[in-house]
Amino acid sequence: MRTALKILRYQLQDVARSRGVLIYLLLLLITTDLLLRFGGGGPRAVISLLNVVLTLVPLVAVVFGTMYLYSAREFIELLLAQPVGRRSLFLGLYGGLALPLAIGFALVVFLPFLWHGAAVAAGGALLALILAGVLLTLVFTAVAALSALASDDRARGLARALAAWLACTVVYDAGVLLVVMLFGNASLERPLLGLVLLNPVDLARVLLLLRLDVAALMGYTGAVFSRYLGSTTGSALTVTALLFWTVAPLALAARRFGRKDF
Amino acid sequence: MFGISKRFGRVQVLDDVTLVPAPGKVTAVLGPNAAGKSTLIRILLGLTRPDHGRVLIAGGTTEDPGWRARLGYMPQAARFPENLTGREVLKLIRDLRGASSDLDEELIEAFDLEPELGKPVRTLSGGTRQKLNAAVAFLFRPALLVLDEPTAGLDPIAAGQLKAKILRARAAGTTALLTSHVLGEVEELVDEIVFLLDGRIRFQGSLCHLRDLTGEHRLERAVAALMKRERSCAPR
Repeated sequence: MRTALKILRYQLQDVARSRGVLIYLLLLLITTDLLLRFGGGGPRAVISLLNVVLTLVPLVAVVFGTMYLYSAREFIELLLAQPVGRRSLFLGLYGGLALPLAIGFALVVFLPFLWHGAAVAAGGALLALILAGVLLTLVFTAVAALSALASDDRARGLARALAAWLACTVVYDAGVLLVVMLFGNASLERPLLGLVLLNPVDLARVLLLLRLDVAALMGYTGAVFSRYLGSTTGSALTVTALLFWTVAPLALAARRFGRKDF
Repeated sequence: MFGISKRFGRVQVLDDVTLVPAPGKVTAVLGPNAAGKSTLIRILLGLTRPDHGRVLIAGGTTEDPGWRARLGYMPQAARFPENLTGREVLKLIRDLRGASSDLDEELIEAFDLEPELGKPVRTLSGGTRQKLNAAVAFLFRPALLVLDEPTAGLDPIAAGQLKAKILRARAAGTTALLTSHVLGEVEELVDEIVFLLDGRIRFQGSLCHLRDLTGEHRLERAVAALMKRERSCAPR
């Protein structure tokens, strides 16, 4: 564990100084600030940020994570030639990659709300937004680790990671619509509840919408969720499911890392 | 390393290779491209697992990371975290190894690396990174040195300093295993030669032994003769 923390600390420095991460965080900061400045009050800014969080955050985590791990390949080999266990090394690498992205995201979204004095008004919704973004970062960095370890070919690994992102954002929504259209007459509430659990992006969306008074924006699954579960149980369930979505790919990736031939 | 075999897909990269580096001596693994040299080294380090065979080091297997505290590894191409400075990289590795006060910083001085250590790694030239790479391998006074193409990418002066350092380490009792394409350099450095071709060891012995066997004095010629002979009798 101590080894993991040592690696994490240095990697944190490396990632936090990376130009790509800085540009991403800066853009997010400017977007948040502009939305608050010109887009009306805090809750409305949260709604506008919703789609940014649901698409951009997973995309950045997946692309940056995969590219970073491929370019760190030789250094990982050098570290493996040190007296370091594979598991601690992997956890250190993952933490050093996911934490700067997640903490950076939380800061650049929260700070503008703070200096515009909108943090209190946005309240629970802002908290849900930050939580959703942080959890999505953790989930998709784990997905990135999994796909980077699945193949030695950088292009193939990146394609795999992007496919996971596409599946969660575009393909899934289309699939749900298709199901609803095909089985429009049957009672779909329960199967759709199950469907939400299968997609971390949709889970994050539901988590957020449970804290917002905009049923119209909820989409099909979100409406079902709030009606059946209420917001407290619903929030707890979505957060738990998102944590599962972090741990599951991470555990698979750690196993793969432990057995991999470098 | 005993009876090591490794197959990647349909290619048998290593076939029943047994290699015991002579303690306190420098052993070179030679062979054409794709002969299996790098895979052999990766298996020795525990980066890759063999399909068959075992690697025993310091009374343990490579699964146990503890023995690597006595290993110095210089990979063929060094890539360090781009945004860290050289000093931070050295500090990271020192932290991972645990506090060791008795560091061997001879190479940092010989290469005059000190002024470069404050710069982020991404701004360093390929040669400078390679110098840093070499310095890392020697930093902890390892009992076993593994050097993959150590002088590749170094200028002649730096290469000379590195070779001198390898010989000093040997004098201090370090066992070294290296791969190289520069046969001239091998002639200066090594005691033992292992010649690898198509995943099998075709020759193992001292430099003199190889000269006697092939009747060639120059190593380059001797290796060529060895390859020719092996190629002609190998069943194809």
